[in-house]
Amino acid sequence: MEQKRKRLQDTDMENVIGYLLRYGVLSASVVVLAGGIVYLYRHGHQLPAYSQFRGEPDKMRNPRLIWQAVLRGEGRPLIQLGLLILIATPIARIAFSIFGYLLEKDYLYTVLTAIVLLVILWNF
Amino acid sequence: MSILVFTIILFVAALVAGLLGSLTGLGGGVVIIPLLTLVFKVDIHYAIGTSLISVIATSSGAAAAYVREGIANIRLGMFLELATTAGAIAGAWLAAYLPTEMIAILFGVVLIISAVLSFVRQADPVTTGTAGVLAAKLRLNSTMPTPEGKTPYFVKNVVGGFFMMNIAGIISGLLGIGSGALKVIAMDNIMRIPFKVSTTTSNFMIGVTAAASVGVYLKRGYIDPGLSMPVMLGVLGGAFVGTRVLTKAKTPSLKILFALVILILAVEMIYNGITHKI
Repeated sequence: MEQKRKRLQDTDMENVIGYLLRYGVLSASVVVLAGGIVYLYRHGHQLPAYSQFRGEPDKMRNPRLIWQAVLRGEGRPLIQLGLLILIATPIARIAFSIFGYLLEKDYLYTVLTAIVLLVILWNF
Repeated sequence: MSILVFTIILFVAALVAGLLGSLTGLGGGVVIIPLLTLVFKVDIHYAIGTSLISVIATSSGAAAAYVREGIANIRLGMFLELATTAGAIAGAWLAAYLPTEMIAILFGVVLIISAVLSFVRQADPVTTGTAGVLAAKLRLNSTMPTPEGKTPYFVKNVVGGFFMMNIAGIISGLLGIGSGALKVIAMDNIMRIPFKVSTTTSNFMIGVTAAASVGVYLKRGYIDPGLSMPVMLGVLGGAFVGTRVLTKAKTPSLKILFALVILILAVEMIYNGITHKI
């Protein structure tokens, strides 16, 4: 009985993770595409300038500034928003598996996975 | 050439890369960096940022498709990620301080090694005998589904694998690539895990490792929307078509052709790095 319940939780976990990944990538793609269309509409005729590394301006890097720029209807910040969703997808997946290990009472891997997540988040 | 034309060309190139990558299993994103730096003269920092985005996109997309991970050893992957993420962050920091020519040369060398390694014969997995102490304590030993049922396997050389994963992580963070080939070698040859387990576990790990260095890349402004947009959409589209078009029978001749292309690009990168053209 115990075995059967654990196996049910495993496949449930896998299903949720699968949905998470699929819809994460999909919504990220939709946002990036929308941003791309705005960007090309506004800047498509200009010349690309990537030969020298200058680093992205703050409104492309800071999430709060990105959101403000998106509300103003700018294209590239909208793309960045989509990229943030894309980046959030594997991170959400890891966070979810911590939860899963906790449910399985696998404390070693709850902690281990939490450490990996913390290391990742610490760099943002 | 206008931004519109530039974007369209990038998109088509990324489509082809994603398609070939999913058909050959060689990681189509690796052609993005040479394409951007050699053909379009984009600075390598933007190039590695764009490449990392494509790595995250393809690995998440692939993981969504193969969610029945009865084969991948997630616990092993997570444990090794302790090493890989630490390495990835170190590598990402290094990318800011290494001269661009050095990054280009390193990229070329790693590309050659990865292409060659992908043809190396698989090591025999360990299915009998006693498990290593560390592997047992960390509950890394597992089973994999086979036609005969669930076959157990053992994980050896945990420390050696850990160390190798750290290196794979550094390379990943420094060059913006997935280093799937190195991860597979670590698990297959060093830790003696069945090949299918190491490839699927590696696929799982690639996304996690990329997420580790992307924070640093973002802060340093390596990730450009104008470049990331066509590349991300292109590789996703190409990989999607790839999984639909062909069944899992990977044509060996296609793999050899792709490996040759990669080798040529690698040599070009090294040459340009040495002559300071990058």
